Amino acid sequence: MTQEHTSTIHGEHEETSTGLNHRKMLMWAFLGSDCMFFGTLIATYLVYKGKSLAGPMPVDVFDIPVTSVSTFVLLMSSMSMVLAYAALTRGSMKGFRIWMASTAIMGATFVGFQVYEFSSFANHHVHVDCVHPHEMTELEQTVFDEDCEKAIAEGKDYVDKKIGLKPQTNLFGTTFYTLTGFHGAHVTLGIIWLLSLLLLSFKKGVITPQKDLDVDLAALYWHFVDIVWIVIFTVVYLFGVFPGF
Amino acid sequence: MSMMRMPLFTWMSFITAILLVLAFPVITVALIELTFDRYFAFNFFNVANGGSVVLWQHLFWVFGHPEVYILILPAMGIVSEVLPVFSKKPLFGYTTVVLAGAIIAFMGWMVWSHHMFTVGLGAVANAVFTVTTMLIAVPTGIKVFNWIGTIWGGSLKLNTPMLFSLGFIAMFLLGGVSGVMHAVSASDAQQQDTYFIPAHIHYVLFGGAIMAILSGIYYWFPKYSGKMYSEKLGKISFWLIMIGQNVTFFPMHFVGLDGMPRRIYTYVEGMGWEMWNGVATGGVFILILGFLFVLHNIGYHWKNGKQAPGDPWDGRTLEWSIPSPPPEYNFKEIPVVKGIDDWWITKQGSPQRSVPTSGGSGDEEHDIHLPQPSYWPMVSAIGLFISAYGVVFNDLIVPWGLATIGLVIGFIGVYAWSLEPVNDPDENSTH
Repeated sequence: MTQEHTSTIHGEHEETSTGLNHRKMLMWAFLGSDCMFFGTLIATYLVYKGKSLAGPMPVDVFDIPVTSVSTFVLLMSSMSMVLAYAALTRGSMKGFRIWMASTAIMGATFVGFQVYEFSSFANHHVHVDCVHPHEMTELEQTVFDEDCEKAIAEGKDYVDKKIGLKPQTNLFGTTFYTLTGFHGAHVTLGIIWLLSLLLLSFKKGVITPQKDLDVDLAALYWHFVDIVWIVIFTVVYLFGVFPGF
Repeated sequence: MSMMRMPLFTWMSFITAILLVLAFPVITVALIELTFDRYFAFNFFNVANGGSVVLWQHLFWVFGHPEVYILILPAMGIVSEVLPVFSKKPLFGYTTVVLAGAIIAFMGWMVWSHHMFTVGLGAVANAVFTVTTMLIAVPTGIKVFNWIGTIWGGSLKLNTPMLFSLGFIAMFLLGGVSGVMHAVSASDAQQQDTYFIPAHIHYVLFGGAIMAILSGIYYWFPKYSGKMYSEKLGKISFWLIMIGQNVTFFPMHFVGLDGMPRRIYTYVEGMGWEMWNGVATGGVFILILGFLFVLHNIGYHWKNGKQAPGDPWDGRTLEWSIPSPPPEYNFKEIPVVKGIDDWWITKQGSPQRSVPTSGGSGDEEHDIHLPQPSYWPMVSAIGLFISAYGVVFNDLIVPWGLATIGLVIGFIGVYAWSLEPVNDPDENSTH
């Protein structure tokens, strides 16, 4: 898309036998490869979905409103990536830098949410009311059965027990942390990439409205990582808590 | 050059590249999962916590089956180059051979469970994978017929590359036949994990891929070394390897059908496998002798061989239109390709046209742009090596110490590499 005008500027040397820029082709090949990478991780997650022998289960730990916020932030970062690229092709270096920085900040916010989420899952507490039990998940029922008698004997009417979700805890922990962890690593690398481009834009002649391919490629990567998150959010989070999936 | 004028080896390498890009992430993930299991006590394949070893088998073979086509497709490409040259005929059914290669690559993704017929996936899965596995023999068969069609009625010149290519067809066909045998899931139940399977894999990978690679090594030897090998030694090496492999691998069919399991280092006396195992061991020594001939032929003649002309085989494709060894820049200008076997067409059109001899002519080199050399790929590779070494010998010095250092070096290498200017020397000059 952007190749046409760069090639007219640089002359015949950028023309390729396929009519497509080689670096862009390579980027698409990488994204195809990364599809298989995440596809395999997601397949592993789905194969083991509901096969954990012990809790916590997705329904115990997931906090959909919180993850919805971080998902929203990540999706907005894709928009600001588009705006950064648009500003660059328009010739506004200032706009480009502002939107690049905001994309990186939103990406970092997403990673921050993920760190918070991981640590809260790892320190998950189960709280059970022993006197007036409500509808309980399997994990809460287990705690109720095992610990309430003792708690009441000690004069307490509730049990508060730490049952953290670690990768070693069960299959859910194993597959969840691996899948979302690799996604988080992709976002982190993307942030490094965006910040590098931001810094390079202060060097003369490295990133210009005519030489926008580097930004274009980073944008492709960034959007891809976002799309993967949409799949993860749907398949792992939403299907994990809503009954029937 | 348009796609349908590309040499077959280029085509098959291209298809292989697509397979590589798509198949390797699957084994990457499988190996990451296994590594996490072993080093961090994750549960992927831990049966005690509900994990399944069958998932490992699936992931491995979803990669592993495309991988066997990664190994054989370039080999098929080499053979499709060599046969026309030494038959003095164009490749029979060029388009069909290209398409058959593409279909093999596509169908290679649909057959992986034929490695798992005895796992217990159920009758439906076994039936489906039996059918797809038999179907994939069709495009392969098409290729074999095309190769036979190529040499049919040709004016054959039986020198070493041609012998290896012909050997490839025969040996690969034998491997293909035993492949169709265990494509039948019912009969595969008798063959799974017996020596019959190593017999098959050696006929397709040794008799197939290795024979074709040897054919390619001899075929392009004058081009990449600029010297001629000894045809006599080459033919001796062919016959030693041809006889050696059959003596080594054919008895495996017998002991396999007699029930000898694979992946064992010894067995109790009196199983009746001794004689054929002895024959196979004898074959190995013939093979070793054959490979010594190959090594000597290449090593000796690379240094002392006769100077090779640019086009020693009366070749058909573009690499034979330039001197041997090719100059660093290969072609002074990108050739305009008028059809399949462009160099052959050129030679037919103007027989007086001079065939380049050897050594670069050296003129007008200022206009030829070569990639700029860079150390960073090397740094990244060394970093990855150190980190892999550190993971394998994890308790060396400090746990994870070496692995971390290696990863950091690798990351620095990749990062610095990405900052290097793209190879476009004309960026600042005006046209």
